[in-house]
Amino acid sequence: MVVIVFEIFLLTLLVITAVGIVRSRDLFSAVMLLGLFSLQIAVIFFILDAADVALTEAAVGAGVSTVLLLGALALTSDREARPKGRRLLALGVASITALILIYASFDQPRLGDPQAPVHQHVAPWYLEQTPKQIDVPNVVTAILASFRGYDTLGELFVIFTAGIGVLFLLADGSGRGARSQLPSAEAQGLRHHLIPRVVGALLVPFIVLFGLYVQFHGDFGPGGGFQAGALVSAGVILYALIEGEASALRVLSFRALAGMIAAGALLYTGVGLAGILRGSQFLDYSVLLADPIAGQHLGIILIELGVGLTVTGVLLTIFHAFAARAQKR
Amino acid sequence: MELLGLYNYWVFPVLLMTGLYAIMSRANLIKKLIGLSMFQAAVFLLYITMDKIEGGTAPILQAGNPEQLYSNPLPQVLILTAIVVGIATLALGLAIVVRISETYGTIEEDEIQGQDAE
Amino acid sequence: MSSLATHLPVLQVVVPLLTAPLVFMLRQHGLAWAATTAASLCAFAVAIELSTAARGGATLVYEVGAWPAPYGIELVVDAFSALLLLMVTGASVFALLIARRSLEAEIPEQRLHLFYAAWLLALAGLSGIVVAGDAFNIFVFMEISALATYVLVAGGPRRQALPAVFRYLVMGTIGATFYLIGVGLIYMMTGTLNIADMEMRIRDVSDLRPVLVAGGFITVGLALKAAVFPLHAWLPNAYTYAPNAVTVFIAACSTKVSLYVLLRFDFVVFQGNQAGHVAQFAMFMLPLAIFAIVIASILALREANLKRMLAYSSVAQIGYILFGAGLVSATGLTGGIAHMFNHALAKGALFLAVACLATSLSATAVSDLAGAARRMPFTMAAFVIAGLSLIGIPGTAGFIGKWFIVVAALEHGVAGALLILPVLAGSLIAVLYIWRVVESAYSSPAGDMATRQEAPLPMLATLWFVVLLNVYFGLQPSLPLDLARSAAARLLLP
Repeated sequence: MVVIVFEIFLLTLLVITAVGIVRSRDLFSAVMLLGLFSLQIAVIFFILDAADVALTEAAVGAGVSTVLLLGALALTSDREARPKGRRLLALGVASITALILIYASFDQPRLGDPQAPVHQHVAPWYLEQTPKQIDVPNVVTAILASFRGYDTLGELFVIFTAGIGVLFLLADGSGRGARSQLPSAEAQGLRHHLIPRVVGALLVPFIVLFGLYVQFHGDFGPGGGFQAGALVSAGVILYALIEGEASALRVLSFRALAGMIAAGALLYTGVGLAGILRGSQFLDYSVLLADPIAGQHLGIILIELGVGLTVTGVLLTIFHAFAARAQKR
Repeated sequence: MELLGLYNYWVFPVLLMTGLYAIMSRANLIKKLIGLSMFQAAVFLLYITMDKIEGGTAPILQAGNPEQLYSNPLPQVLILTAIVVGIATLALGLAIVVRISETYGTIEEDEIQGQDAE
Repeated sequence: MSSLATHLPVLQVVVPLLTAPLVFMLRQHGLAWAATTAASLCAFAVAIELSTAARGGATLVYEVGAWPAPYGIELVVDAFSALLLLMVTGASVFALLIARRSLEAEIPEQRLHLFYAAWLLALAGLSGIVVAGDAFNIFVFMEISALATYVLVAGGPRRQALPAVFRYLVMGTIGATFYLIGVGLIYMMTGTLNIADMEMRIRDVSDLRPVLVAGGFITVGLALKAAVFPLHAWLPNAYTYAPNAVTVFIAACSTKVSLYVLLRFDFVVFQGNQAGHVAQFAMFMLPLAIFAIVIASILALREANLKRMLAYSSVAQIGYILFGAGLVSATGLTGGIAHMFNHALAKGALFLAVACLATSLSATAVSDLAGAARRMPFTMAAFVIAGLSLIGIPGTAGFIGKWFIVVAALEHGVAGALLILPVLAGSLIAVLYIWRVVESAYSSPAGDMATRQEAPLPMLATLWFVVLLNVYFGLQPSLPLDLARSAAARLLLP
């Protein structure tokens, strides 16, 4: 009961935040509110028993997308011009669509209903078969990496495509980016600010360490390659903000990042093909080793590693591509 | 109480349409992308609401507790993928906006159209 | 090798997918082009193999990860998907054959390897949608193809490509998200994501509101992605400002893949399970189709820019496909589906001709083409034949689908006869807008237009090959028709 009241409170707060985002003419505060929106929705996901999703939404929604949006604001403008017209049409379309969805809701199973169709058909099978066939405690990881591993392969290629797209649009394509340029004021980061430097220097290793923990602990608790990639990149981005672009690129150069992106994608697809070569189907990990369950474990570790490599590579490449654009100006 | 159980399904369309309203009514391209992010996040709420089961807990199996009920893991898996799709779209969209800003000197849609009409 | 044959449905997707990171690492653009073309050819060969099996009546099912459906993800290749695979992979091959020369002028050399990697991802994404038997998996591959296509369109040489691709990105994302909402609502009521399983389980809940609303969201979302009138606003500029080779590729197949998902959902999941769905679908689709045919044709007639004229013509042709489907009969669906294939041939050939014209002319407006026939006689002759196919002259591929659609409409008596009037009007307008181009190109040249300067031979050969395919499939239409017939029969299965 308390949980429901708390959840209703948070959802109402979420709507208020959303309205605030739309109304705010200052794009900087809109971006900050959007980060807050992501944190709130992550808390709601946690209350709804979705720990993995909450972790990811917090890392991606509040972390990565805020960094990207701020980067874009720095390159464009942070004031919105007064909008003209079109409001009535937008209001009409939005209201009608919302009413249709609310109309649909009255035949929907209420929150937590154990009789709901989603709890009857496929889901119990996963909960029952995971210990027998894959034997990892986190069922989300089992579905993500094995039962529906083909979706996750697609997901990896979605992020790969975004990386290629940002490079195509923003980098000069030589793969060198900003390396040859002299560090400008921005590139020197926050080197002359004592507090962020000290606190940041303390935080960076822990963030990266936590990222690695999330990478390899995903079978047991919430986590996995994607969340780990987001965390490790957050650590490196923080390092870049403090020590400057160039120092971060010395640790992981554009070329190394490109290598990570391709290696992750090839690793995942390669594990899939190994299933075919060992006489079974694409992405069947059971045949990788003599013992099917050990094979599943090996497959899951390898593909999560692939996801982690590609995600880290892509997110850092995107960050550097935006940053390099800023230096050119 | 019955109706309160549908509250999530009412907030979902409101958030969704707040996002769509921002996309349609605003001329600023970054504001449109912010709206698009909210629009996608609303769908996450729809899926995650489905996974909850009364008395359940997160679907991380606990050894030695066979009676424990678990929430449905499948919508969570789907939304993990959808979050990745969302960030990928946002990154690409922002890269396009940066290029538009460099080429046109503005990120307001009506001003861009005005320049191309000339 | 028999074991490899069972893996063809997944290899159709994995071959281009696996080549993409390799091309990304190959910084040399010639090698990148070669690898991309090789992967496309390989995918084309797989598609031919699959369509041969599908023509024999086989439905291939592949369980990824060896997990049984509906728990794992299933790939399904039947006649309908095989026809789409032929279009997607074929369009990629022919567009790549001209891409090498055509893109030289449009994209900086040091970025070409990124461009080709995006091309492969678009190909893999589109193929992935077509073979998927799982509603959520369709969404994932839809996003791969969409993001990759945005990159390809953004490569266009003119600055207008950027706002065009931004609008495409926003509308495409809204469409995909609507689809995701619809899938979520169906999942909520049936507990499954597998399309075949949905078909079975939706019967018990088919009259509940969430399912009805889901039908609406899926239809509108996919209609947005397929540029069904009046949701086509993103298409004209995206086609116009994309690099020429990209326009060939996406104009031939990408909207049709969304239409394919739309038809599969509406006919397999909803039709026959929901009371009155047939009438609803017809009442919704037929007016839209007729408006698309008439209004988009008129817009094409008034358009000065050659590429945008052809783009509006595509919106009209999507109307024909929907018109055939909206009649909800075996003949109508056969016509609509066959027209997908035939229009891909005709429009592909026309955009190939545009790419050839661009090698030696700077003109983009129809009125600036004066003398083009003197300067590039072979290209213009090919354009004329492809134009005839677009209009639907007997003896060309474009005729077949339209003929079936007209016959299907006449099955409905007087009302049907009235309905085909706008269809015929659309073809008449097509005569006019193709004639405008021909008249301009064959009029007397101005300035240096009289000197002969044809497109490079490999491009010309590709163009003529596709043009001859238009004639071949006009005279020998059994391949697309066989596949379209069994696809229609499957869709109408109660």
